[in-house]
Amino acid sequence: MKSIKASTITMKTIIYIVCIFLSLLSIFPFWVMGMNATRSTYQIQQTSVALFPGKSLMNNWKILTGKSFNPWVGFVNSMIISTGATICAVYFSSLTAYALVAYTWRLRNAFFSFIMAVLMIPAQVSGIGFYQFMYRIGWTNSLMPLILPAIASPATVFFMRQYLMATLSLDIVASARIDGSGEFRTFNQIILPIMKPAMATQAIFTFVASWNTLFIPLILLTRQEKYTMPIMVSLLRGDIYKTEYGSVYLGLTLTVLPLFVIYFILSKYIIAGVALGALKE
Amino acid sequence: MVKKGVSYAKWGYIFSIPFVVTFIIFSLYPTLYTVVIGFTDLRGLGKTTFKVLSDPFANFKSILANVTFKQSLVNTAVIWVMNFIPQITLALLLTAWFTTRRFHVKAQGVFKVLIYMPNIITAATIAILFNALFGYPKGPVNDLLMRLGFLDAPSNFHLQKWTSKGVVAFIQFWMWYGNSMIVLIAGVLGIDVTLFEAAEIDGANASQIFFRVTLPRLKTIVLYVLITSMIGGLQMFDIPRLYNLGRPDNATLTSSVFIYNQAFSGSYLYNRASAASMIVFLIIVVLSVALFFIMRDKDAVKARKLERQIKRRGGVV
Repeated sequence: MKSIKASTITMKTIIYIVCIFLSLLSIFPFWVMGMNATRSTYQIQQTSVALFPGKSLMNNWKILTGKSFNPWVGFVNSMIISTGATICAVYFSSLTAYALVAYTWRLRNAFFSFIMAVLMIPAQVSGIGFYQFMYRIGWTNSLMPLILPAIASPATVFFMRQYLMATLSLDIVASARIDGSGEFRTFNQIILPIMKPAMATQAIFTFVASWNTLFIPLILLTRQEKYTMPIMVSLLRGDIYKTEYGSVYLGLTLTVLPLFVIYFILSKYIIAGVALGALKE
Repeated sequence: MVKKGVSYAKWGYIFSIPFVVTFIIFSLYPTLYTVVIGFTDLRGLGKTTFKVLSDPFANFKSILANVTFKQSLVNTAVIWVMNFIPQITLALLLTAWFTTRRFHVKAQGVFKVLIYMPNIITAATIAILFNALFGYPKGPVNDLLMRLGFLDAPSNFHLQKWTSKGVVAFIQFWMWYGNSMIVLIAGVLGIDVTLFEAAEIDGANASQIFFRVTLPRLKTIVLYVLITSMIGGLQMFDIPRLYNLGRPDNATLTSSVFIYNQAFSGSYLYNRASAASMIVFLIIVVLSVALFFIMRDKDAVKARKLERQIKRRGGVV
């Protein structure tokens, strides 16, 4: 009995050490980044790892924004795209899911199988055709082709459908009809409020995914004033910031800051959402 | 007054229109367009007109014979394997630890939040951050290794092929093992508790319970993680492109970076890039079909079970 207890204690010690190590491994790169963002290039060259901030934040900011990196432009563009894409994805996916759950129509099962089939197909593989198409209609350097495709988000529809199947009682829909509510009004005023929890979860994921995308914006946007945050970040890799270590770290920090804020406010819901999304039951 | 028997079926179609129209315009059409371009002579910045080649498969032939393309496929596979094996191993280990009641790990919530965190951070930022961390001659990693006595002089990591591959794989692993862990934990929580209780009463120890009871029931979810990770891995772009631009000597050139370089730099070979995209696309379709059947089978099995239950009940009544 004693030996089992002893082995459990050793095991628990190992578990805690490993978990603390992994937690530090998650924080460490961002810590180094945040600290170096406030240190001068000279300081960074002396010691690249610091536990405490320096005093060169303003100076780094001046060097950073004195060149092509414009965090404000990137922030505004990314904000417009991510917000637009999130609204489109959440609203229209709810509508599509409602069509799949509330109505019986002949192509319903075929349509759902189709959504399942295209669930995993990434936008990246058709990137060349997409670019050529947008170039022809003059939509390169427009934010539209980065927002509108979100109306068809198979994974979000899938999630919304599972949620609706579990929560929607068709009696509500029927009684709304008796009260004379049209189908579209029923959806907007009765169904959408029911779907709020699912919409919130999907909104977070769509927003973050849209904020982080690089490939499609990179091929479509060539004008600096249209750049998104990830494209701005990629400028930091260029030669113009080669020796300005402090400002490179500052630029990286600025792009991550909004995500940290979102994450530490909503982490509980995000982690619950990851667990939910995967179950697909 | 609403008459009985009014058909609302048309609303199913009407509410599906936005999705279908958007899908056709922004997904289906570009995909078909990409397929067509693969058979043509379309190349050169700003060009949009094209004609089909006299040998329609010329682009595919030259891409399949292209040494760099083959290398990029091998790189993608190698980097993915280097990321996935430690990823699934660690995720399973953490799952076992967090769900075994005897260990009763406290502060699980905090650990999960921190372990999952890298997953939501912009991959482009992380790639450039790691490029700076592995800097030469002065960089945090060089600094640490020298302070700990592993290195006598700074090492130029960006010029080492396997170090670069390793770092790209590590970033991928580091960003995704938390996600896999949470998915797997959710899977374990979905297993009937009485199974664990029965095993415990029968005197099974923690590792026996994990390997004999938990793991067999996680098969579908492990497969799900495997296939989604493979599909994601095939598109690996941000990290290899921004960490070291596919260098050194194409060691971190993945198929997506190859396609991007073909189409959007040098001589803008849209046609070759399209042919390469379609080859990658084909691989993804095969994987998706596999995933589709795994997920569908499960539902079908459930439906059959339900049917049997209903029949049995019908028999009793």
